[in-house]
Amino acid sequence: MLEIRNLHARIAEDGTEIIRGLNLTVKNGEVAAIMGPNGSGKSTLSYILTGRSDYEVTEGDILYDGQSILGMDTAERAAAGLFLAFQYPVEIPGVATMQFLKVAMNEQRKARGEDELTTPDFIRRVKAAAANLQIDMAMLKRPLNVGFSGGEKKRAEILQMSLLEPKLCVLDETDSGLDIDALKIVADGVNALRSPDRSFIVITHYQRLLEYIVPDSVHVLYKGQVIKSGDRQLALELESDGYANVIKDAA
Amino acid sequence: MPAVQETIDQVRQIDVDQYKYGFETHVEMDKAPKGLNEDIIRFISAKKNEPEWMLEWRIDAYRRWLTMEAPDWARVDYPEIDFNDIVYYAAPKSQTGPMTLDEVDPELLATYAKLGIPLREQEILAGVQQSKVAVDAVFDSVSVVTTFKAELAKAGVIFMAISEAIQEYPELVRKYLATVVPVSDNYYSALNCAVFTDGSFVYIPKGVRCPMELSTYFRINEKDTGQFERTLIICEEGGYVSYLEGCTAPQRDENQLHAAVVELIALDDAEIKYSTVQNWYPGDKDGKGGIYNFVTKRGDCRGDNSKISWTQVETGSAITWKYPSCILRGDNSRGEFYSIAVSNGRQQIDSGTKMIHLGKNTSSRIISKGISAGHSNNTYRGQVSAHRRATGARNFTQCDSLLIGNNCGAHTVPYIEAKNSTAQFEHEATTSKISEDHLFYCMQRGIPEEEAIALIVNGFVKEVIQELPMEFAVEAQKLIGISLEGSVG
Repeated sequence: MLEIRNLHARIAEDGTEIIRGLNLTVKNGEVAAIMGPNGSGKSTLSYILTGRSDYEVTEGDILYDGQSILGMDTAERAAAGLFLAFQYPVEIPGVATMQFLKVAMNEQRKARGEDELTTPDFIRRVKAAAANLQIDMAMLKRPLNVGFSGGEKKRAEILQMSLLEPKLCVLDETDSGLDIDALKIVADGVNALRSPDRSFIVITHYQRLLEYIVPDSVHVLYKGQVIKSGDRQLALELESDGYANVIKDAA
Repeated sequence: MPAVQETIDQVRQIDVDQYKYGFETHVEMDKAPKGLNEDIIRFISAKKNEPEWMLEWRIDAYRRWLTMEAPDWARVDYPEIDFNDIVYYAAPKSQTGPMTLDEVDPELLATYAKLGIPLREQEILAGVQQSKVAVDAVFDSVSVVTTFKAELAKAGVIFMAISEAIQEYPELVRKYLATVVPVSDNYYSALNCAVFTDGSFVYIPKGVRCPMELSTYFRINEKDTGQFERTLIICEEGGYVSYLEGCTAPQRDENQLHAAVVELIALDDAEIKYSTVQNWYPGDKDGKGGIYNFVTKRGDCRGDNSKISWTQVETGSAITWKYPSCILRGDNSRGEFYSIAVSNGRQQIDSGTKMIHLGKNTSSRIISKGISAGHSNNTYRGQVSAHRRATGARNFTQCDSLLIGNNCGAHTVPYIEAKNSTAQFEHEATTSKISEDHLFYCMQRGIPEEEAIALIVNGFVKEVIQELPMEFAVEAQKLIGISLEGSVG
């Protein structure tokens, strides 16, 4: 699914190097958790994967289904099946959530050479997906994310994820700002989307989320590199011992 | 950040190519010599076959104008205008007066067809054209044709060129002309009184709901020519009319002046809805050429329970100086102002409204949406005042500005004055910027950048677009998109 090879990347504006020789492979159907202390480059990695233009790749490559995606812009990558659930989703005043969903779904279909959805088909899909996430249809008439609570914003992200049917989902600290009930709903939503053809990269600070979204692999990111990989057990060790030992071993 | 840089570069590339109405029509013209003096005014008055009182009124206005000075308080910057370097009258030679469609020069009809203005009644009636709108087509200084006059007359509605109304309904014109905007109200209104050439006259009799939308389409075509539009709309007791105005001009390197005066009068229980889609030539990327749009528009809610509503979409003109206002004289009268002002390139806009509360329990609502891109400057200037006797006056004002790129400016200048303690005025203002965060979010969902900008901008202006008549709403949305093309990556 995804292969990141010796990736080096920096902030375009000031040249600060953030990712320094990162290697990571995520197989089809795999859920990979990425953990690491603040400032290790976790969020930056999610932006580079999705092609945010504030960052420049200076070395290495990102292969998605065997093809380099470095030449594709953000929208093209999205249409190819990359999805990022934002830590801080932006508000778009005046644009009803329903309208936004329809534009996004149809733009992706257009890019893939598919027909636009008919309105009844679109509504049927949204209703089904919203019900699974306990989202009230009335919320979807409101402008996207405007006045949404923290929990509503995160659920709206997962709703978009399920409607856009991506192949690789990146979840950037989806657990931040969620109470335990909201966390369960969001995690159930993610788990419902797990399939042999869909992979996940779950970025988180806390092991708590991984109790609900159980990862196949755990990777520790530090100073722009993966310094240790392991299975679920690694997350539990980090929870009890912190990052210090892992960092010391890698040094 | 590179994306921001890219946006700036795109803004720099803005070109006049995007102005789709910049063509010129070649017909033989009958023109006054350049310059402004009493002889020119006599020339215009004679061309229009005006009665003596009209000529005297013009000369009087001219003499007052000579004593006045151009206003300098607006946030706009332009070289001093040489009023003797302007042609004040230009009309196609073939156009000897108001005509029927069959008599009009086909070249002129072709011009309006090219602009997408429906003039062919038969086609409209046959359903070839979708919406049924009566049109008064004004070409430089003269009204070329007015459609559906006969059908409107059946309902008692008078819709014709004002030059025609001066001859056919002099008593109505004399009764109402300059009663809302006095001759010496301001520098450009006085100038307009002296040299106005054409515009529309609308009279809605008591209790009549005008059976179709009325509209006037203003076209400036001739070089060096100013257009001095004069429009007067009177809505008698219990009447209703919805009126639309559109404007375009050819691309030229010289600035051209459009100084209009529009007066609306609503009597008891009457309602006037006035919508404008202003798309004058805005000048090129360096600010060369374009129309100076110096306009005085004012509505008088003269009767109790009357209502006047202004909706404007401003995308054109090099400089806009325009404050469609409402005088809320009648008790329980209501004024509304909905505006979208888009500036790009080197355009300068200083626009807003005045809501003057005089009657009891009057209310007003102002929704202004300014969008600035390129190197443009966009100022909202608004006045809300309540007179001592205007007990229970209420106003709600919302002024939002959206910035695209880093070289443009948005300014809000409100003047609020309440002379009695029962007035309730609310003012809200926001300024936001389409940020890289917004664009990245939309693009991450698969929405290409141009579409993303359009989506965000449409969300921003939605409240105002909803106020436009259906036929215009879609057009206006497209126009905003075109005006901002190239301002976004």
